[in-house]
Amino acid sequence: MENEYYVCTGCGLLCDDIEVELVDGKVSKVNNACLKGVARLKECERPAECRIDDAPASLEDAIIEAARILKEADSPVIFGMGNSTSQAQKNAIEVAKKTDAYFDDTSSFCQGPVVEAILENKIRTCTLDEVRDKADIIVYWGADPSNSHPRHLSKYTYFPRGKERQRGWEEDRTAICIDVRKSDTATICGDKFYQIPPQADEELLNAIANGLSGKVPKVSFGMGPKKILELANMLKKAEFGVICVGLGLVYSLEEIEPLVRLMDKLNEVSNFHLIPMVGQYNMRGSNHNLYEETGYINRVKFTGNDVEHGAHCSVVELLRTRTVDAALIIGSDPMSSLPGSIAKELLDIPVITIDPCNTLTSRKAKVSIPTATAGSECGGTAVRMDGVEVEFKAMTETDRMCDAEILERIMGEL
Amino acid sequence: MTNALEIYQLLPKTNCKQCGKATCMAFAAALLSRGVVVDDCPPLKEDKFKENYEKLSEIITPAGEASESGMIVHTEKCIGCGNCVVACPVNVAEDPYGAGSGKAPTSDNVILRVEDGVVRLSNVSQCRRFGKNKILCNGCIVTCPTKAIEFV
Repeated sequence: MENEYYVCTGCGLLCDDIEVELVDGKVSKVNNACLKGVARLKECERPAECRIDDAPASLEDAIIEAARILKEADSPVIFGMGNSTSQAQKNAIEVAKKTDAYFDDTSSFCQGPVVEAILENKIRTCTLDEVRDKADIIVYWGADPSNSHPRHLSKYTYFPRGKERQRGWEEDRTAICIDVRKSDTATICGDKFYQIPPQADEELLNAIANGLSGKVPKVSFGMGPKKILELANMLKKAEFGVICVGLGLVYSLEEIEPLVRLMDKLNEVSNFHLIPMVGQYNMRGSNHNLYEETGYINRVKFTGNDVEHGAHCSVVELLRTRTVDAALIIGSDPMSSLPGSIAKELLDIPVITIDPCNTLTSRKAKVSIPTATAGSECGGTAVRMDGVEVEFKAMTETDRMCDAEILERIMGEL
Repeated sequence: MTNALEIYQLLPKTNCKQCGKATCMAFAAALLSRGVVVDDCPPLKEDKFKENYEKLSEIITPAGEASESGMIVHTEKCIGCGNCVVACPVNVAEDPYGAGSGKAPTSDNVILRVEDGVVRLSNVSQCRRFGKNKILCNGCIVTCPTKAIEFV
């Protein structure tokens, strides 16, 4: 049985064993992917239309209008990127440089701090393939992959047999879940679920570090020293451990230091790695590409050859302080994902969206440019959540342009 | 998973025998193994048991959906994570480097696979819960995060 496998762009896991069946040049059946992937790879229910203001327009006119808006704006912002190919991201950075724009991606309110620490070599990481072959202790902290990355446990971490883990999950591996609620993943972890109150992550990080140093770990919430020591000992005995950090942990930490300290401590007594649970399929790619170009992973402002970086350049701050006067949004729907009070600022400035699907943002945008869906209709490369570059090819043919090409055309008009 | 006692609590508990069973408990056990249907209990259709009737109809899915090994996949709950596909001991034995290693199944002999985002059964007779030497394997049940798999 010889099959052709495709890559799923449904989430940061980039599963590379997807089989598809085509009918009339369209994806009719997607096998081996989870529901999330199936939804992404089949056509959008409502594809985006090509529009300027409220009137249908040709692609050519929309691109010219988009370039005009960006050219006339004093300080535009380019935002999104998580659902774009690496080439599109590189092109978007070029557009940002040309227009002296702010550039930010969704990682600024997502996994940014963790990816930054990994790129700066502050935290030890590993690939998911290593996890499959070697890992015996898998910790999900503030993450619920059963909902965010459904195949995380079955494809890489807990259930599969690996080179050094031949006896299956019951004997060879332990999955631990630390979360504020009993999530679906916590149900699978059974008695290895440690429930903590919201905002208590830092306290537990420090307590585990204490436990590893032989001190009595104490926390202010109802988890006894015995239970924490039991957890610390499990981590200590790991031959190859991995902590999968979810947004629950990232959001509750004011800074990343306590996590870095625990990782250092763990690596003194055992062998531990960390993988961020990146949501969108190429958000980490955006971090990598910008890091290569500027030394920062997100939140930058280009001015001529200078690059400014800081919290004030994040899309949330820019909109809150009304610093920007135009926005180019690529493969993202900030009107749905940002808080209402921030998102409504987008209504007051001209917005250009480049997206395969009709989203709330694209409906409210001044210029909406439809693109091909990366993964099903156009190929490219993307960076998986563990930092591995994955190449993918198109499943079907389309007359819609890829986002990389649209950005190149906009660049041409500029 | 539901058990007979849970079902019993929702029955009239009058042992009226109208269903043909000796007691309500016997009816509950028969209901669990899908030997009878909820509608076989006449008093349950009365107004005062309306709520219980609805609850029971929700819990007890028709046996027609069950496979020969008694497996029911609640497709509306399944998210296609593939945990069962990878954990199933039969899948591992038949396809150790495909399904057993977390990848796409490469053998036609696997009994669980994910199609269009939902788990599908094939080769049911290979299931460890099938046939003369059946055992109460629960590999697919305990690994399901949404409790979408049930055996009757």
